Amino acid sequence: MTLRLDSLGQRYGDQRVLHDITLTVPDGQLLCVVGPSGCGKSTLLRTVAGLQPAREGTVTVDGTPVTGVPDQLAVVFQDYGRSLFPWLTVRDNVALPLRRRGLARAERRAEAERILERVGLDGAGRRHPWQLSGGMQQRVAIARALVCRPSLLLMDEPFGSLDAQTREDLEDLLLEVHRTDGTTIVFVTHDIDESVYVGDRVVVLSPAPASRIVLDLPVELPGGRDQIATRGLPEFVALRAEVGRAVRGS
Amino acid sequence: MKRLKRLKPLARHQELWLGLLGVLLAFGVCEAVGRAGIVRRSYLPPASEVLVRAVELAGDRAFLDGIGATLRAWALGLGLAVAIAVPLGLLLGSVPVVDSAVRVIVEFLRPLPSVALIPLVSLLLGTGTGTKVALITYASVWPVLFNTIYGLGETDPIARDTLRAFGFGRLSVLLRVELPGTAPFIAAGIRISAAIALILAVATELLSGFGEGLGIFIAQAGLSTDGTRDVLAGVVWAGALGLVINGVLVWAEHRLFPWTPERRADGRGVRS
Repeated sequence: MTLRLDSLGQRYGDQRVLHDITLTVPDGQLLCVVGPSGCGKSTLLRTVAGLQPAREGTVTVDGTPVTGVPDQLAVVFQDYGRSLFPWLTVRDNVALPLRRRGLARAERRAEAERILERVGLDGAGRRHPWQLSGGMQQRVAIARALVCRPSLLLMDEPFGSLDAQTREDLEDLLLEVHRTDGTTIVFVTHDIDESVYVGDRVVVLSPAPASRIVLDLPVELPGGRDQIATRGLPEFVALRAEVGRAVRGS
Repeated sequence: MKRLKRLKPLARHQELWLGLLGVLLAFGVCEAVGRAGIVRRSYLPPASEVLVRAVELAGDRAFLDGIGATLRAWALGLGLAVAIAVPLGLLLGSVPVVDSAVRVIVEFLRPLPSVALIPLVSLLLGTGTGTKVALITYASVWPVLFNTIYGLGETDPIARDTLRAFGFGRLSVLLRVELPGTAPFIAAGIRISAAIALILAVATELLSGFGEGLGIFIAQAGLSTDGTRDVLAGVVWAGALGLVINGVLVWAEHRLFPWTPERRADGRGVRS
């Protein structure tokens, strides 16, 4: 699914949040959006998701302008504790998006169990989200996003509140999903290392107000990604430095 | 819904023993005052006599029919109140235009003491069950209504956005996120209303003085000589009913809503 932003602008009252964002995300790309806190990264994501109308410019998905929430879209928020429904079991949380597909209850459950197994949560389906650790809860949220086989996956600092080890595990899980499904992914983060490790391409936004794109950098790293080896590559270090400079505005 | 943390949480059995101790102490004081002859015995009989009479009443067919009548009115009034307050609360809480239009009327009606309405409503509806149920409903609507509106306001915008991002519409958001999220607040409102409803049921019977019910029993006992013992026995029944109702509702809330933050800490959740 190809995503196009055309001189997109967003404002809250007099406050200009995003300014003149033009960007094309080709089908199957994993784009990381990096920027300092409060620079409008989440606003950008909400606009693409159709949760908030664009004030200026347009967003198109496969050529169709986004006016409401596009089909084939899934979102993972940072705050899994607030985005998972505590009154539903893990399995029912994951199966929820399938209700719009007209699947029978048994089919929904089977599909949910299948996807839970994929994210390494087999056997946790009958528990409730709040009985799981933070990392497991975010896996549930990812499973729920994947259950409808989305063509466009939006992630808003999904690993921001997890510890380092869990975070690395989930980064690799995301890369595996991206490799096998070929989903177009927009991944928002404030972590420079993470953006270079995960992304095919990194876009840096300037600080608030009126954030615009200050760097658009393809990430070309040799071989597959490996948490230890990749982060030690000279190419990785150079890219990280370039992104870091752009974020700091020097 | 935050609860104040105790310095050192008491174990379950400790709480039980302390509760029992409190009851025994209060009972002892009442017994002593009754027996000491400070007031005439027929005015204030000792606690033990009242209690014996209360237990005796459990075998009294006419009395039990009265309790049944009171509880029927209680259940009917409370049920009606919930049936009115929950949909109305959802409407007021989710449509700001309606809220602005109705708010003034609601705030005008709310502080009116329902007991003061008893004569008026008796005049309009007679002294039968209709009056009782109407007054119970009126008084019980408020806690449920305001808890529903408040709970709806507490709905997490991220939970709402999550469902919208999966393509669900406004009605689905109401039914799948806002209603289940508000349910614990509604239940707490019902628990508060259950006590109010019981007060209104007995008070209406007491003041209207006709028909059957616990309030009627108390009113009639008050008229007979040496009736204080029966009056107090009736009061013991009213208190016991309130205690049982509250206990059942608290238990039900625990069972139905184990996910609310103050119950998650019950040792079942692994939090990180």
